[in-house]
Amino acid sequence: MTRTPAFTDTPAPAAATVRESASRPTLPAPPVVPAAEPGAWEGLVTSALLGTDRRTPPGGERGPGAAAALLDAAAAETVRRRAGLRPARAARRPVPAPEDHRPPLPGPAARRLTMLLTDRPGPAGGGRRGSAPDLMELLPQWLATANARGFAAPPQALPALLDAARGRTDLRPAALTFAGPRALWLARLNPDWRFALRAAQGGVAELSGPGAAERVRQLWDEGLFAERVALLASLRARDPAGARELLASTWATERAEDRLMFCDSLRTGLEAEDEPFLEQALTDRSRNVRATAAELLSALPRSALAARMAARAATCVSLDRTLSPPAIVVEAPHECDAGMERDGVTARPPGGRGERSWWFGQLVEAAPLTTWADRLGGRTPEEIVALPVADGWQSELHAAWCRAAVRQRDGAWARALLGAPTAPEAGGPGAVSLAERAKLLGTLDAAERAEWVAGFIATHGLSEAFQLLGMCAVPWAAPLGRAVVDALNIARDAGSYPWSFSGVMGLAERCLDPSEAGRLDGLLAIPDEPEDASPGAGGYWAEAFHRLVRTLRLRAEMDGELRAG
Amino acid sequence: MQGPSGEGATPEAEAPEAEAPVRGKRWIAGRHERAEEGTAVPSASAATAVTGDAEAARRRAQRRAERITAGATELEQRLVDLLRGGLAGAGQAGDALWEETAARMVDAQAPGLAARARELGSIPSSGPGWPVRLLEECALLHLLDQGWLRREELPDGLAATVRARVGLQATADGPPVRDDWLVLAQYDTADARLTTRRVWLYGPESDRTVLLLSYGAAGRAPELTLPVGLALDAEVSAYPGGAGRRRAALGRRFAPPRPARTRPGGLTTSQAAARYGDALRDDPWLDSVPVTLDRVVPVPDGDGWQLADADGDTALPLTRTAGSGSGLWRLVALAGGAPVTVFGECGHRGFTPLTAWPAGPGPAVPLC
Repeated sequence: MTRTPAFTDTPAPAAATVRESASRPTLPAPPVVPAAEPGAWEGLVTSALLGTDRRTPPGGERGPGAAAALLDAAAAETVRRRAGLRPARAARRPVPAPEDHRPPLPGPAARRLTMLLTDRPGPAGGGRRGSAPDLMELLPQWLATANARGFAAPPQALPALLDAARGRTDLRPAALTFAGPRALWLARLNPDWRFALRAAQGGVAELSGPGAAERVRQLWDEGLFAERVALLASLRARDPAGARELLASTWATERAEDRLMFCDSLRTGLEAEDEPFLEQALTDRSRNVRATAAELLSALPRSALAARMAARAATCVSLDRTLSPPAIVVEAPHECDAGMERDGVTARPPGGRGERSWWFGQLVEAAPLTTWADRLGGRTPEEIVALPVADGWQSELHAAWCRAAVRQRDGAWARALLGAPTAPEAGGPGAVSLAERAKLLGTLDAAERAEWVAGFIATHGLSEAFQLLGMCAVPWAAPLGRAVVDALNIARDAGSYPWSFSGVMGLAERCLDPSEAGRLDGLLAIPDEPEDASPGAGGYWAEAFHRLVRTLRLRAEMDGELRAG
Repeated sequence: MQGPSGEGATPEAEAPEAEAPVRGKRWIAGRHERAEEGTAVPSASAATAVTGDAEAARRRAQRRAERITAGATELEQRLVDLLRGGLAGAGQAGDALWEETAARMVDAQAPGLAARARELGSIPSSGPGWPVRLLEECALLHLLDQGWLRREELPDGLAATVRARVGLQATADGPPVRDDWLVLAQYDTADARLTTRRVWLYGPESDRTVLLLSYGAAGRAPELTLPVGLALDAEVSAYPGGAGRRRAALGRRFAPPRPARTRPGGLTTSQAAARYGDALRDDPWLDSVPVTLDRVVPVPDGDGWQLADADGDTALPLTRTAGSGSGLWRLVALAGGAPVTVFGECGHRGFTPLTAWPAGPGPAVPLC
């Protein structure tokens, strides 16, 4: 109930207003209007604060009638002051927001956006959602589609968009792209939205045109760390040599943690020309910088470091043809010499690991995979992976090859190491862990990935599938989607509760192709409960499938709304 | 968030009563809008025409008026005591004393007086400047007491306003006005007992802005829902009261609501301030009036915000409660530093924006 010291509260014109209207029938009460002079109100307030027994109001009478007279006068004065309020002087106006030239959203899509942005998770977060779709989870997809079609955000939606992006960093790039130039204008007015300004700085737009070189230099020399990282990334995308020169120009004076981030930023768009710079970074004062430089160099199969590592690794691995069938024999290094350390091998193993196997793993991981065909009798990756490994070295060797295949993005080796998805050992803890499999999948193209995961789910079910599904492109390819739905159906028939599969269910809601919704109709009914089923599970499953279908329909609808431009 | 300050910050004053002796009250009210237009039947002859039931109702109403008079007299004594001892002591007394007085005003069937009494108890803890606000509210309550005690001497319109402010229920018996009513704003305020929904309508044909009030039990939404931006071909009837009173009831509807194509015409900030000042003549207890501002720009001003004329150098400050929160930022984003049209409530606390329209084509954007 705080009262803003609102308008210009000038007593004189206020009094004038009341005098003007004095001829009209106005207020019932005070027969006498004592106080129209400036300061009269302040006098009344003082008397009221101290009490009329102690302070007689200005122009009023003493004694028991004084309080009533004060109230009369204060009533007249209050109404007088309110009636006489006038607008204040305008403050300095902000510079208008820049124009957004993109076409506006179609009406239904704009209303949908408002719904997506105002949806709040149900009570006691993480609880059961019933059969209502989780709208906030659909926002990333909606933003991606809206951006792909080049629509402008409705201005009134910008505050909610910025709030959403503030709370979820994963939403920021798409949300800020969609929010457009007016959002940056808005963010300058509200400290809560500073993040938008940071994210936008160093943008490519500022790095072209006349005077660009000076602006780049200035931002590099004076910018905040995040701005400099963004600058380096955007410059590297267009002018890799220029970016390297810029980085080299201040390298010696950068702090160790900054050097680490800058070095790591070369990972994107890594090319053979980066080798001299990285080779130099192998002698860096910071161990982390050295390790990163070595890792990047080993991902360049023609680099000198890769050749050195190949030579070291090759001496450890040989094919014993005297065995039947022939097998791989591993002789791990006996020491970690200065040359190995310089090339990024970490000498001290983590707790619980033997030194020699630790060094061995690092050598194989950093050696180009092309090394092994020559070393092991011209075999293909499949044949090499199929070779027995003597003396229990298989898991160490295969794990190192997995890391190498991911680092070198080698599809042929990844395929060989993944093996057939239907193989029995693929489901359990074999030589290659699930996390490693997920990473290996990342080196394959989208269709091959989906096919492999579909085969995996068909054989091994859903309990280990979450991480693998996360690697697949959205919307899921048809065979993958069907495999997931079939597996959910099997899980339901097995009588467990659906929340054991809530992670996969949530993924399915977001990733299943909406055109698959029709196939789910058969799953919506509450099934007869088998005797060994968990009580009530059938109803919960029906609810979960309802939500899945409703979410899919909603996604199809949302997509249609964004098409009707 | 506290809701915008409505027409009377005291929903209780307008709250429905369970068993209201409506006809008796009308007799007490003596007249309504038609009376002001000169077609009045003298109340005495109306009284002679009443039936036995009406006679009983009349007696009930009279007893109620007597109780209110006793309540108002007691309140007057409380105010005089407070002023004699000084407001400085009001903080220590706490609001328990005023709560108790408010409870007695409820017993006296004067919910409007009760709400004002309760508010007096909360002002000493309402932050800097409270003595001024407390004196203002004491004075306005005193004015209302006096208005009630001398209601026979008042002009008809003002007497009806006093009855409504005290909390007597009336019926919306003004002549029905048919128009293509534009829904300007809809917002709810809630206290422990009641959710109050306010819907502002504007009739382009009649050039009138009216307020529909509806209620829901605590925590429940009132039934009447009219989304902003729709137009409704319907009749509304005004409640009795001076021209400053805008409350009306929705009567017959002729078609379902549909998207509105028109916008209300707007004023400058100076005209808006003058409109509030003018409205105080008919209702000195009015906290704000509904106003549409045309071509105004939201401008940051120190800790707060104001709406500045695009074509002048004057501005209305936003109320403290409106100057934060998501509604303000929607308004700022919509404008983007350029002129917009804004509907809201303009009063002594400043301007509370409720709905805005972009400068170009585009639908109404609710801000509350």
